[in-house]
Amino acid sequence: MNSRRKLWGALILLAAFHGLILFAGFFAPYGFAVQDRDMSFAPPTRLHFTDAQGKFHLRPFVYGLKDDPANPGAYAADTTHMYPLRFFVQGSPYKVAGLFESHLHFFGVASDGRLFLMGTDGYGRDQLSRFLYGGQISLLAGLLAAALSVALGILVGSLAGFYGGWIDELLMRGSEIFLALPWLYLLFAVRAALPLHIAEWQVFLLLVAVMGVIGWARPARLIRGVVLSAKERKFVVAARGFGASDAHLLFKHVLPQTYGVVLTQIALLIPQYVLAEVTLSFLGLGVGEPMASWGTLLSSLQQYYILSSYWWMFLPALLLIPLFLAYYTTADALQERLKSVSL
Amino acid sequence: MRYISRRLIHAILLLLAVSFFSFALLQLAPGDFFDAMRLNPEISQHTVESIRSEYGLDQPLPIRYGRWLRSMLKGNLGFSLASNSPVAPLLRVRARNTLLLSGTATLLAWLLALPIGVWSAAKRGGWGDRIGKVATSTILAVPDLLLFLGLLLLAVRTGWFPTGGMVSPGIDGLDFWSQAKDVAFHLVLPAFGLAVVMLPVLVLHVRSAMIEALESPFIRAARGHGIPRARLLFRYALPAASNPLISLLGFSVATMLSTSMLAEVVLSWPGLGPLLVESIFSRDVYVVVAVVMLSSVFLVMGNLLADLLLFASDPRIRTETE
Repeated sequence: MNSRRKLWGALILLAAFHGLILFAGFFAPYGFAVQDRDMSFAPPTRLHFTDAQGKFHLRPFVYGLKDDPANPGAYAADTTHMYPLRFFVQGSPYKVAGLFESHLHFFGVASDGRLFLMGTDGYGRDQLSRFLYGGQISLLAGLLAAALSVALGILVGSLAGFYGGWIDELLMRGSEIFLALPWLYLLFAVRAALPLHIAEWQVFLLLVAVMGVIGWARPARLIRGVVLSAKERKFVVAARGFGASDAHLLFKHVLPQTYGVVLTQIALLIPQYVLAEVTLSFLGLGVGEPMASWGTLLSSLQQYYILSSYWWMFLPALLLIPLFLAYYTTADALQERLKSVSL
Repeated sequence: MRYISRRLIHAILLLLAVSFFSFALLQLAPGDFFDAMRLNPEISQHTVESIRSEYGLDQPLPIRYGRWLRSMLKGNLGFSLASNSPVAPLLRVRARNTLLLSGTATLLAWLLALPIGVWSAAKRGGWGDRIGKVATSTILAVPDLLLFLGLLLLAVRTGWFPTGGMVSPGIDGLDFWSQAKDVAFHLVLPAFGLAVVMLPVLVLHVRSAMIEALESPFIRAARGHGIPRARLLFRYALPAASNPLISLLGFSVATMLSTSMLAEVVLSWPGLGPLLVESIFSRDVYVVVAVVMLSSVFLVMGNLLADLLLFASDPRIRTETE
């Protein structure tokens, strides 16, 4: 019961997170590359409910920003200008699912006001918008790479486990090579084998391919283990006795038994791969400017003055904690369910 | 003895396969170190080609691999094109630093994980155990990068810790103890960060191994005899639970090395990690191969060490293989 509730909680959080990122254009108040050079390193905009006269407003509003005269480089609220927060506003154009154009944004303020809920970076770009758009790259890379790894794992694991013999021996020895390299070193080695400067979408595809291909070994070994025990189960042996073909046995009887391991592995691999993209892009080996990815958002923190002066540059990384927590909880709950089913 | 020698031969064969795999991978890479030179109009195509053949880059793959392997065995570990010298001297200091960092962190992580894990297993279901469970899964979800950046922020903001490097400038003249103290001072943040990253997994495993041990009949018998609790936990239950933990020690080497690399880069600890990133940017393939190879050697050695420990601690393995 408890594990069931945990699973549903985590799944709802995941669905919300992915929904926000899928419709980044709608939820982000600005585009990911929209710069406002006068607003470089603006702190997160505060939402107010009471104005300077102490009057309460039901609809939250923000003040305009002006340079702080006492503190050069910092900003102060311009209490003479109030911009109420509005929902479903018209703003900069974006594309929904890459097809049709829209101007509708979930929230925003009048166009001469500024709303930076997570502050801005050095170019005055809205961090929240960049976080949402960045998720489209980072999360998609993680999802695709995890899917690729597990697909390879299923292929290799089922071949090795089902046929055994020299195929098994060969594939498992091969997987040992991949497991004998610490995986971040392996990731960097494969990245080193690829050109340094390439077009953005190529970088994305390469990242997915690299992460997906180097991660097949562990899922393959786990799936092989399940297949080994699954093919000895009585109903599988019976089906074989009735003359079922290998393909029928594999797809109808053996592989369905691996779904628990497969789902758990996917839930564990996605955060790992998201983090891998973040690490590579952080070091300048992944997705580059002006594209937004979670790694590029963090890469400015390599400069000490940004690290120490602008705390909101950490926010994108902090937002990853609930996401990862949800994935790990899902994996955990799946594993628990798996145990109770097999007993 | 048979068991040990079999493990040893297996490790060597594995490393050979890894070496061929990583060498071939990096040799298949498009472009090489001399690409920048080729673009320079002042250097003729002919000169570039003759330099390449001087370094043997025009030979076919098997021959280059053979040469490289010979250089590995001679202890040169290949030739760095960027610094025009054998790789070994570059690597020796870096490898020592990485080992120092990950060794300290491993020790620290285990020293923390054992009491925490044993304690939460002993108080299973209590509030402390529950808080511990929430804490471990939260720490598990914190991106390593965020943790290291946070530690760096701490160092930059407070000045309590050095913000990077391994020694303070002007340390050379001092006596051994002051130097060691300085290194230890620089070691605090990265080692602590690494230990924190490792901790949740270790605690979880110690806890579950201990729970299994505590449920076994001989512990109940011992409890019935009135043996004090601390002695029961650490003298009787922990050794019985040690078997999976020793295997975990072997497995955790891989994670430790990967995490250590990230920590080294972010907190500028002069280990293998920063060297690897630099050599990727300068396309210095042989350094990349050597670093990757070395990381694999560490990993395989770690696993071998765990196997040997298991062999020493568990009589069942000894009798099984004789």
